Amino acid sequence: MFSYYLKLGWLSIRRNPFLSALMIAAIAVGIGASMTTITVNYLMSSNPIPQKSGSLFYVQLDSWDPNDQGDDGFDLIDQLTYLDAMALMKAGKAYRQIASNRSGLVLEPQGEDERPFSVDTRNTWADFFPMFDLRFQYGSGWDGSADRNLEKVVVLSKEINEKVFGGEDSVGRNLRLNGMDFRVVGVLDTFLPVPKFYDITNGAFNDPEEIYIPFNIAVEYELPRNGNTSCWKPTDGDGFEAFLNSECVWIQFWAELRSEQEKQEYMAFLDAYVEQQKELGRFPKPLNNQLSDVMEFMESQEVVEDDAQVMLGLSLMFLAVCLLNTIGLLLAKFLGKSGDIGLRRALGASRSSLFIQHMIESAMIGLGGGIVGLGLAWLGLRGIEMLFGDYIENMVGMDWVMVLTAVGLAIMSALLAGLYPTWRASRIAPASQLKTQ
Amino acid sequence: MLSMQNISMVYRTDLVETHALREFSLEVEEGDFISVTGPSGSGKTTFLNIAGLLERFTGGRYELDGRDVSALSDAESSAVRNQKIGFIFQSFNLIPDLNLFDNVDVPLRYRGFKAAERKRRIEKVLEMVGLASRMKHLPSQLSGGQQQRVAIARALAGEPRFLLADEPTGNLDSHMAMSVMELIAEINRNGTTIIMVTHDPSLAEMANRNVHILDGRVSDNGADTQMAKQMVEQMAAQMANAATG
Repeated sequence: MFSYYLKLGWLSIRRNPFLSALMIAAIAVGIGASMTTITVNYLMSSNPIPQKSGSLFYVQLDSWDPNDQGDDGFDLIDQLTYLDAMALMKAGKAYRQIASNRSGLVLEPQGEDERPFSVDTRNTWADFFPMFDLRFQYGSGWDGSADRNLEKVVVLSKEINEKVFGGEDSVGRNLRLNGMDFRVVGVLDTFLPVPKFYDITNGAFNDPEEIYIPFNIAVEYELPRNGNTSCWKPTDGDGFEAFLNSECVWIQFWAELRSEQEKQEYMAFLDAYVEQQKELGRFPKPLNNQLSDVMEFMESQEVVEDDAQVMLGLSLMFLAVCLLNTIGLLLAKFLGKSGDIGLRRALGASRSSLFIQHMIESAMIGLGGGIVGLGLAWLGLRGIEMLFGDYIENMVGMDWVMVLTAVGLAIMSALLAGLYPTWRASRIAPASQLKTQ
Repeated sequence: MLSMQNISMVYRTDLVETHALREFSLEVEEGDFISVTGPSGSGKTTFLNIAGLLERFTGGRYELDGRDVSALSDAESSAVRNQKIGFIFQSFNLIPDLNLFDNVDVPLRYRGFKAAERKRRIEKVLEMVGLASRMKHLPSQLSGGQQQRVAIARALAGEPRFLLADEPTGNLDSHMAMSVMELIAEINRNGTTIIMVTHDPSLAEMANRNVHILDGRVSDNGADTQMAKQMVEQMAAQMANAATG
């Protein structure tokens, strides 16, 4: 009977194309608006590294001013000082660990006619690449000895390799950054985590960096920093060395811990480290260390902004208004079919079979609304992209989950809207309709 | 086969109570061809609706094939209607955007027959009413008489034991009406029990028994059709006088 009901639904939609189009449009507008905001919220809150997000932990140590709640009003400052980051790196208590920060350098192309240009870079450690499961197009990341021996090596993003070396295998070739030659050891494959979980402090929806260089090199040659730096008391003295020894926070620190036991042991290590530092007169606030896995950290940093959630609520309310309109239109359509319904009752259709028939018709209208709504959502996302530009360009794509969600939501909405009109239609008294046909 | 005992049907609104049927009793035997006559508002259609399980009555007892139908659920009464009763309406009631094949298919779908069985039955009944060659036509492509023949084919496709006809020729000219009536009479001769509501004395005459309804009661149960014809003619004359006077 299902295929029969589908056929009847299609005939009914065709019989009154204007009314059907109105209903599809009402659902499509609601779905388009809600899916636009749902998609943005979904991408904002999606897991960027699902295969190991539970074993990657962001490290926070509360070295902040006891009289200040913290950076940006968060309870706990979200970056580490150089002193602490280096102490944790030196201890090497985690399976893998990295300290990293955002930077920006000037790249000098080898061609005589080509002009230097600035590039976003990340100063990090060898573990960065295996820790975050980065795939390589050519070569690999550098190893620990490069960190220790201050080797001038770099890993390039696919995009910058395309730009500088035309997409060729550039491993072994030199690249000049801020007047120094670096040797290319690897070229990443496409890497576009959304959100950019490993550095939420400097923009959860920014593009990943174009070039990765050893952290120690950046320190050794006092390369500039581009990321956020927060200080709660003045440095003791001037110069880079004084900055490194200050209480300024500017480094993100991640540890890979493969089990609950490793996590507990690492937490105990952190607590012991801070207690030791307290004895040296640092860490004036009570002990407040945190290890947050990827999703916990994104939640604590409120990656999904309040505005986006308000927009989501408003768009769902708009969908509800569209559904109310659809209820009215469906009611008009189904009650307009009273004669047909009465006849089918006379010919042996039970109320339940008529109910199913009309619910299937509602679902077909919902499917139409979902498909058109997807187009509107796509337009909505393009509109958001145009409004907010680069800041949001990584959040305006729809994956299969969102496409299926849109269609599913549209069908569910139409079924919900169709419940009352369908119930009314199935209650039509056949006798009252047959004489007047 | 069909037994109604003291059936009553009352329509109630906040202000008015209308008795459509009062102590209505009727026995119909298998193979009967009964014409039901009576003035407008006498309760003919209400009787037909109750007989066809399209309306629930407010009092009395109705047995169909020995089964009390008053307590049937909606699904049960729909199944009884689908399997045992065929309907023919004055205005044909064909579904305009379904072709003849699909129109006749409607009751068979609810019966749950397989596609092959449905096709066999549809072709058989359309052949019987002389429209097998036009089964892909839409109703709008047929004359009124042909449309009514399709409606009859639809009513017969499920091989019902009862055929309930409400003014089956009311929308047809005399030539087409006679053709349709001949078809209905033939169906009766083949064993199907028929109850037909009509205003037309000459059509009532074709039945083998007439039931006259007045004010919701059977005023003459089992009158032969010649007497019924006289009564209907008298009534028609009275109505004409009243209208001119």
